[in-house]
Amino acid sequence: MPHFTKPAEGSWTEHYGLGTGPISYEDSITPEQYERERDAIFARTWLNVGRVEQLPKVGSFFTKEIDAARTSVVVVRGTDGNVRAFHNICRHRGNKLVWTDFPREESSGTCRQFTCKYHGWRYNLDGECTFVQQEPEFFDLDKADYSLVAVQADVWEGFIFVNLDHSNTTPLRDYLGNLGKGIEGYPFQELTQVHKYRAEVHSNWKLYIDAFTEFYHAPILHARQSVSDESAKLVEVGYEAIAYVIDPPHGMVSSWGGMAPPKDLNMVKPIERHLRSGLFGPWDAPDIGLDELPPAVNPTRDPRWGMDSFLFFPNFMLLIWKPNWVLTYHYWPTSYNTHIFEGTCYFAPPKNAKERLAQEMAVVSFKEYGLQDSNTLEATQTMLESRTASKFPLNDQEILLRLLHKTAQNYVDQHEQRQSPALARA
Amino acid sequence: MPNVLPADFADLEPFADWALPSERNRYDKRVSSTMVELQAFYDAAFPRLDDAMAYLEQYEPDELPEDGKRLLWLYCALVTVSFPVEVWRQPRVPDSGSTALNAILEPAV
Repeated sequence: MPHFTKPAEGSWTEHYGLGTGPISYEDSITPEQYERERDAIFARTWLNVGRVEQLPKVGSFFTKEIDAARTSVVVVRGTDGNVRAFHNICRHRGNKLVWTDFPREESSGTCRQFTCKYHGWRYNLDGECTFVQQEPEFFDLDKADYSLVAVQADVWEGFIFVNLDHSNTTPLRDYLGNLGKGIEGYPFQELTQVHKYRAEVHSNWKLYIDAFTEFYHAPILHARQSVSDESAKLVEVGYEAIAYVIDPPHGMVSSWGGMAPPKDLNMVKPIERHLRSGLFGPWDAPDIGLDELPPAVNPTRDPRWGMDSFLFFPNFMLLIWKPNWVLTYHYWPTSYNTHIFEGTCYFAPPKNAKERLAQEMAVVSFKEYGLQDSNTLEATQTMLESRTASKFPLNDQEILLRLLHKTAQNYVDQHEQRQSPALARA
Repeated sequence: MPNVLPADFADLEPFADWALPSERNRYDKRVSSTMVELQAFYDAAFPRLDDAMAYLEQYEPDELPEDGKRLLWLYCALVTVSFPVEVWRQPRVPDSGSTALNAILEPAV
């Protein structure tokens, strides 16, 4: 029996015209397709690399490894207070400019200028080359010709994005579309208590997004995380979203959330009853100055609302929870069947150590669920690569998977047409 | 050995080795412990949870005395240990194999 109204067409999938046939996972199992995606997607779209709170003052910087675009960027707050990004390469002989101990690991800190470890070339926070060691030994060298290579950078609601494609002139805010605009005003800046997690996952990057954009799996895969009566009920009821909103290339799912607090305390585990916290977050929401939710959050204004998951293509997910906290997911591909997953919890700073403990409960719950999800993906990847089956049916609650795979393919196709229009016509 | 937890929690001193300052260390200790060890810690610490919450509520996280910090970490460890004891009946998340999801940034306390 349906609990939430679907569109007049009878399904969300038909409403958004995404096709109802089985899909292929051929796009997730070959090095060739990954090469196409790297070039068409990760080298050309806006990518979220961090938050402004990571750059508290002039000279604050962090680096971001973007393996899928075969680069590393350094993001820095300049003397004018603006956020800038540069390819993390010294213009002299190509050494990685900013790193600590391990060249492939990300690094952060504060500096007045960047100095290359190799020959001591220096760059100011605007990226201009300001010092060359033994400059007279060079031949007609003009330092102005050797500034750091700039990368487009922009900030939306405190989230810092970079775009590695100079010819992509779509402003960030336009790229994020109506879903982005509809979230604006949410007080992200109040959520400065951060817990960040990282995993190396042995699956294609899209498979983890698939797992986190549908909750059809939740009552089954995570069954034991609920007390047993509740778990049986969840399996019986299954999962239905309140609503899906798709504004290509982005989409979101709006979900109910009866667990923060639960209707009946016996529905949750003993420690949750005492700490008044769990996967849905601490039950007693902090005041973060939120008088009314922005229009894209709980878009149907359903009183049963618990959480919204936004997927901003290609690899940034933003989860906004009813008890005033936020979780972000990032998926950074490293090969066709591996990626780095990052999950970051953002809370209001706890007013006392008891609230800190309640937040720990939410964070650890996220980790326990995440561990269950991660390993399933490796199991899926290995069997998809066997190619023993090639058609996979998706139900209406898996609509965002259709959106993701279709969008990724569209980007690849359109990029190839731009590269060789004649070939594409033939 | 001198006590390391607030005086009211002297009964938990035998479990003070759970007062580890990072989630990663707490999780590592969990998965390298036996269910008997996890159950013993849970059985001692869980009945004092409400008392610990009352104690912790008195302090801003930054203002916790050293013994109070250790009490917070010990109860963060109880959160970590609650999953094997209340749910999994084994130290690891079932089917999590070699998967690791590691904290790379945490609040100072």
